Amino acid sequence: MRIAVVGAGMAGARFAQQYRALGGEAELTLYGAEPRGPYNRVLLADVLAGRYDPEAIALPYGPQVTLRTGGEVLGLDVVRGELHLATGESAGYDQLVLATGANPVLPALRGLHGPDGLKAGVHAFRTLADCARLAEDAGGAERAVVIGGGVLGVSAARALAALGLLVEIVHQAPYLIDRHLDEEAGRALRGGLAELGVVSYPGNRARALHGGDRVTGVELASGYLLDTDLVVLACGVRPRTALAHAAGLTVRDGIVIDDRLATSAPDVHAIGDCAEHRGTVHGLSGPAWEQADLLAARLAGADPEAHYTGSRPLARLSAGPLEYAAFGEVGEGLPGTDVLRLADPTRGSYKKLVLRGDRLVGGILLGDLATVGALTRAYERDDPLPADPLSLLTTRS
Amino acid sequence: MTMTDTHCPYCSLQCGMRLAAPAAGAAAQVLERPEFPVNRGALCGKGQSAASLLDPGLRLTTPLVRERRGGELRAASWDLALDRVAAGLKAVGERYGREAVAVFGGGGLTNEKGYLLGKFARVVLRTPNIDYNGRFCMSSAAAAHKAAFGLDRGLPFPLTDIARADCVILVGGNPAETMPPALRYFRELRERGGTLIVVDPRRTRTAEQADLHLQPVPGTDLALALGLLHLAIADRRLDADFIAERTSGFEPARSAAMAHWPERVERLTGIAVSQLRSALDLFAGAEKAIVLTARGPEQQSKGTDTVGAWINLCLALGKAGREGSGYGCLTGQGNGQGGREHGQKADQLPGYRSIVDPAARAHIARVWGVDEAGLPGPGRSAYELLDTLGTEGGARAMLLMGSNPVVSAPRAAHVTERLRALDFLAVSDVVLSETAQLADVVLPAAQWAEETGTLTNLEGRVILRQAALSAPEGVRTDLAVLHGLAARLGTPKGFPADPEEVFEELRRASAGGQADYAGISYDRIRAEDGVFWPCPTGAHPGTPRLFLDRFATPDGRARFVPVSYRPAAEEPDAEYPLYLTTGRVLAQYQSGAQTRRVPELNRAAPGPFVELHPQLAERLGVAEGQSLAVTSRRGRAVAPARVTDTVRPDTVFMPFHWGGAGRANSLTNPALDPTSRMPEFKVCAVRVERVR
Repeated sequence: MRIAVVGAGMAGARFAQQYRALGGEAELTLYGAEPRGPYNRVLLADVLAGRYDPEAIALPYGPQVTLRTGGEVLGLDVVRGELHLATGESAGYDQLVLATGANPVLPALRGLHGPDGLKAGVHAFRTLADCARLAEDAGGAERAVVIGGGVLGVSAARALAALGLLVEIVHQAPYLIDRHLDEEAGRALRGGLAELGVVSYPGNRARALHGGDRVTGVELASGYLLDTDLVVLACGVRPRTALAHAAGLTVRDGIVIDDRLATSAPDVHAIGDCAEHRGTVHGLSGPAWEQADLLAARLAGADPEAHYTGSRPLARLSAGPLEYAAFGEVGEGLPGTDVLRLADPTRGSYKKLVLRGDRLVGGILLGDLATVGALTRAYERDDPLPADPLSLLTTRS
Repeated sequence: MTMTDTHCPYCSLQCGMRLAAPAAGAAAQVLERPEFPVNRGALCGKGQSAASLLDPGLRLTTPLVRERRGGELRAASWDLALDRVAAGLKAVGERYGREAVAVFGGGGLTNEKGYLLGKFARVVLRTPNIDYNGRFCMSSAAAAHKAAFGLDRGLPFPLTDIARADCVILVGGNPAETMPPALRYFRELRERGGTLIVVDPRRTRTAEQADLHLQPVPGTDLALALGLLHLAIADRRLDADFIAERTSGFEPARSAAMAHWPERVERLTGIAVSQLRSALDLFAGAEKAIVLTARGPEQQSKGTDTVGAWINLCLALGKAGREGSGYGCLTGQGNGQGGREHGQKADQLPGYRSIVDPAARAHIARVWGVDEAGLPGPGRSAYELLDTLGTEGGARAMLLMGSNPVVSAPRAAHVTERLRALDFLAVSDVVLSETAQLADVVLPAAQWAEETGTLTNLEGRVILRQAALSAPEGVRTDLAVLHGLAARLGTPKGFPADPEEVFEELRRASAGGQADYAGISYDRIRAEDGVFWPCPTGAHPGTPRLFLDRFATPDGRARFVPVSYRPAAEEPDAEYPLYLTTGRVLAQYQSGAQTRRVPELNRAAPGPFVELHPQLAERLGVAEGQSLAVTSRRGRAVAPARVTDTVRPDTVFMPFHWGGAGRANSLTNPALDPTSRMPEFKVCAVRVERVR
């Protein structure tokens, strides 16, 4: 049997490694668009901050796996079971795994582009190559503006600040990491970032980039101009679905998969950031690996009937004094929910639980993560909570 | 009154003690023996009360024979009993083939007994099927040790190195309850300013003394070790010179660790990233640092990988192969170390030799005076042996010494059923254990103070337990039993009943092997308070510290193993939502065959219990002492609740010392480690309900 995996990112590499670990014996080929082998994308901000060497974050992808890097897969023929490669070759498969990941979303900004793509000094932050270029640029820079204050933008800002740059975040929503945090946590995070030398402007939209050959400033919708030496774009990602779309697979936001992780075409599966399951595209490593593990168990025969029913992902940052964990629904006013909140402004900590009956619907820990282990496991396993859920927010003295 | 220097009958510490044996009729007394270096006179309650075991009222003093299936065990003469055993083993061999006759040994047997039992299986019975309960104890650490260092000795350094270390990580061990006299080394470590990190899902008495207690989800020690290696790499704490000069295989291990970044490990283990960092800082920052594992991480279906990951951490930080640092395993049973060196194991010949190595086979055949071609190959591992008893292709007759699998084996109800399915079972034991009760013939065995023999403690120190008094009338030593059986089965020579004679042959058999005892004699042991193996000649001083110059691999380098986290064979789900983990309590020992017969120990720990967190107790509506039923896919156990916040809320704990309704091993999962064949005693999924 031949298994082809398109995409040598976190999901693809994890699938290959697990497939072999579970005793799968098919011929396995991993097609990667990037020039190097699989690496741990979760650690990119730490590479930027200089904590890891770029070489050190390479990930295993199992023994006896053929890795073809730097070669784009241009076409997919699901009727013949063939991939068409940029080299002009065709490669047949018996089972196909699409793990094509996601591309950064480029915001609609005047002056974003120069003659060869992005204007000099403007960086996406998705790949190790992006990271290397950004690190090099940051070496000669004093100021940086990060456009987008989500998980990635905050991580990038924190890393650039660690390199000694003055960093500003421009964020359209009213508070930082609005996808995972609530307003108060977003505000507390903003305070924490300020102490690290990161100034953020939530509720602001970038309108244009200034500068000729090279970026010199970011103009806000308000008309205000932020001077800068470089710009990092962190406006989210979009599933890479072009290959699947062109092959006629059902695609909505992502490549649509069922509980078997199967797409609409026979013998074609999709996992990770490119996949949409029950209407959700996760875009986080945790669910991507859960999907990879499950598909590996199915295809290796370790658990051929395994079904994926969804993930309960967690957003997590731990960087010195700036730490948070957030999961689930953290908004207030959800019908039938109770909210428990503990804030300690002097210590910069903020904790919140959203409960429905004795189950955890969502939660935030910021600044004090002593109980993070118990809390995130309770959420992940949907465990019943103790009668006094406050104990999940405080440690034994 | 005679005074005899000897050792305790229990754990792998093998504390020195002095036995005062008054004139016949009066009870023997245990006294301190302060000059013995391991325990310096200290003894725990089990050791202090050990003389109670000699009480003839507690034990078997006559052979018992069951005339027919379903009949009663009745007293019989030794001749008749031994004739029955010989005939039983022989009949099965003739009917089903030699492989249908099995031998099951124990990690409490002396080196002499373990050695002779292995020889008996291979030379007299000519069966490959011999294994022992040490498989349930040491096998994962042994396999990881061999893989990394090329040699397996529980501690490659003396216990005193623990006291002199700057940081010790103790993973899944509870010496405060299982070997109390060893605790002084940990106390001294802390008094000297060193730090103790304990990894345990329970806040045990040992964990209470730690500077840092990491309380992982059961079965996630592997992820924890990988997470620490990841942090060591990220924080550039590696000892690059050590890795380059003294190890091989770092790159794949490094890349595997990269898949275990701190936030992921936090999610898997439930241990906060900040605690991971503290642990790594303490360990990496220590000049002399030691990792010790015990049954917690080892008794898992990934035990070998888990131990390998901890060894990787030591190697990456240069904390191995130099004085004061290294990885070690806290062995459990009294002769857990020696028991695995001289041929009780299905894949092994004396001297820690491989049974498939042609040179090893030739050497042993020469010592035994047999044809090499007639030596059997490797047999089934302990659980696989027990699991197939009485089945097509499985063993139909078994000789069992020094083990009580009805209580101690995983999925014990099934194992009991398999033992009942045998055509013939003979058990040699001191007491009528739960397993002996199933036997066709029970042979009353002499015990520790009544017979001489060597054991090898957890440090690799070969010690001598000397007979202090004579066995009661009607009791014989295991060596005498083997002597008698061998003769009845046509091998009158080569099975001496005298232990020193057996040891002299063991020395020759072990010569040139990894566990080389050639230079060790009873006299030397007496004179030197034990001798550390390897000790190839009489002039050799023994080897308290291994690997200082080179590891025991062909190229002298320690080997990293590329390991990745995987879940337990059985994780909780909606039907069985909790983890069960098992262990021991202070006043009892192993399957309780000895300690449950000592009144003062029984008063201290009278029966089984289910430890659960107050949050869980509240949810179940259970109060302290109320009866709880714990159910797994394999069985059910009932025991009173013990409510304590020292256990994780998602985990219940049961001690495994008891049979009957409260038998913890009715629940445990026999999922085996693919390398060591260790069953997963330490984690399975259960449901807990109140019994009304």
